[in-house]
Amino acid sequence: MENQIIPFVFLLYILALSVFLGFALISRVPPLLHTPLMSEANAISGITLVGALIAAGSGDANSPLTIFLGTAAVAMATFNVVGGYLVTERMLKMFRSKTSAHSPVHSKG
Amino acid sequence: MNHASWINIVYIISCVLFAFGLKFLGSPATARQGNWMSALGMLLAVLATLTAKEIIGFQWIILGGTIGASLGAFVAMRAAMTQMPEMVALLHGFGGLASVFVDWSAYQNHTPDTVVVITALYLSILIGGVTFTGSLVAWAKLSERLPGKPLLFQGQQLVNIAVLAGVLLLAVPFYMTPAYHPVFLWILALSLALGVLLVIPIGGADMPVVISVLNSYSGLVACTTGFVINNVLLIVVGALVGANGIILSYIMCKAMNRSLNNVLFGAFAARKKKTEGTAKGEVKPISPEDAFLILESARSVVITPGYGLAVAQAQHAVRELGELLEKNGADVKYAIHPVAGRMPGHMNVLLAEANVPYDQLVEMDHINPLMDTVDVAIVIGANDTVNPAALHDKTSPIYGMPIIETFKAKTVFVIKRSMAAGFAGIENELFYYDNTRMIFGDAKDIAQKLVAEFKSAV
Repeated sequence: MENQIIPFVFLLYILALSVFLGFALISRVPPLLHTPLMSEANAISGITLVGALIAAGSGDANSPLTIFLGTAAVAMATFNVVGGYLVTERMLKMFRSKTSAHSPVHSKG
Repeated sequence: MNHASWINIVYIISCVLFAFGLKFLGSPATARQGNWMSALGMLLAVLATLTAKEIIGFQWIILGGTIGASLGAFVAMRAAMTQMPEMVALLHGFGGLASVFVDWSAYQNHTPDTVVVITALYLSILIGGVTFTGSLVAWAKLSERLPGKPLLFQGQQLVNIAVLAGVLLLAVPFYMTPAYHPVFLWILALSLALGVLLVIPIGGADMPVVISVLNSYSGLVACTTGFVINNVLLIVVGALVGANGIILSYIMCKAMNRSLNNVLFGAFAARKKKTEGTAKGEVKPISPEDAFLILESARSVVITPGYGLAVAQAQHAVRELGELLEKNGADVKYAIHPVAGRMPGHMNVLLAEANVPYDQLVEMDHINPLMDTVDVAIVIGANDTVNPAALHDKTSPIYGMPIIETFKAKTVFVIKRSMAAGFAGIENELFYYDNTRMIFGDAKDIAQKLVAEFKSAV
């Protein structure tokens, strides 16, 4: 996306509106789900992956340092994405309402 | 329309899916669906990015992706629910470092030329560095690889100020000659040091706040990285995550009646002297057998768990007790204090894992008005979060902290090993109330004894 730089002011607009969106959405999540909320936030903050992919894939003027940085960034961001979503799914699967609480028992003890 | 525009259109779809993911987390009935939508948004964003013209080789992407995905999956499937705070701290740390590396590699490839990019780069390195080492220290404290108590040393504040001043002063040469790499590396090194210095003086009990703050940092660094590499998606997601961390930090601080400032820098202030418990009188112990007789005739029971419940591994025994009480005709609820557990919402996950239905998990503000009508409140592994001194004793260090008002119930059972003071080192006057009965012993043990009583009575 180097061929079309988005002007700074537009980026600021987007930032301002996203902050509002974030506050509106997250203040409605009940305390019951705050732990999965945080792990899902971890997963989406792995969005750095899109930057990391470009860094690791744009071979061209690559020095060993940029290759290392790009590859390590891809690894860590993927760790966040995969780990975050999976652990959120694992937690959310445990939350059952009274009516369904006793069907598939999913416990270790 | 060129290819880059198409990629951005996919990014918009991803943003919408992320937003829906968070919206669906508003209810436990839709939350799982939301998580999958969010994951779909991520998949689309990644696939779209892989088609970008800049990407000419895939070998390093495949290598990094394979390592990250397998480690992520391994840790996510293996982590116990009690370890969730550590896992989340680790994720914050890696997220922060990933952003730093993306910035660094952008910096290597071409020298920033506008004030906006230089500022964004500077902030990214600073916040990202702090997030990485700060999270690692938080992780080490939570997993008890480092002692949980505040680590203090002589002249610590001076060191902190020197490091902070160093980072801030380095901004000047960085603006003047952004191409000079040693300045960049010094900023990074000092930021990494700052992260360690900021978190080591914070005690283990305050980690829920630290985790929330680091969560918002990990969002902020994604945001600033978005400005560095001119990527809208990073800015939107960074803002969402940042808002998440800020809201959760606020909720945690409010639940402890402390300012964020006090939590983060409180270790340096002179500690208020522990007040001697004004609570006087006799504690009234009761045996599990007698407790059973009272529980048997109770119509409504509220179980108030603290982290001690999880430490004693008593979740399953307590859930079984709850079920037997229900079968016996009682209305059973669990009262959850916001800071019960080691991170926001932690106690809910621990009880959900033990198969307690979420309709029975009631938050503090909803249970307190009903407390007058409760026959028996059972306090297990909780202490400060049920101490009535917080409501009326102005000399108490926890004065002003909202509590679960178990003392209003007709009878209160406190299951406790001994009369030792709680986490904050404060006497709990609840133990001396007329309507309180102490059941001394291990939480799991006592719960199992009560379960056995119920079973033998049928």
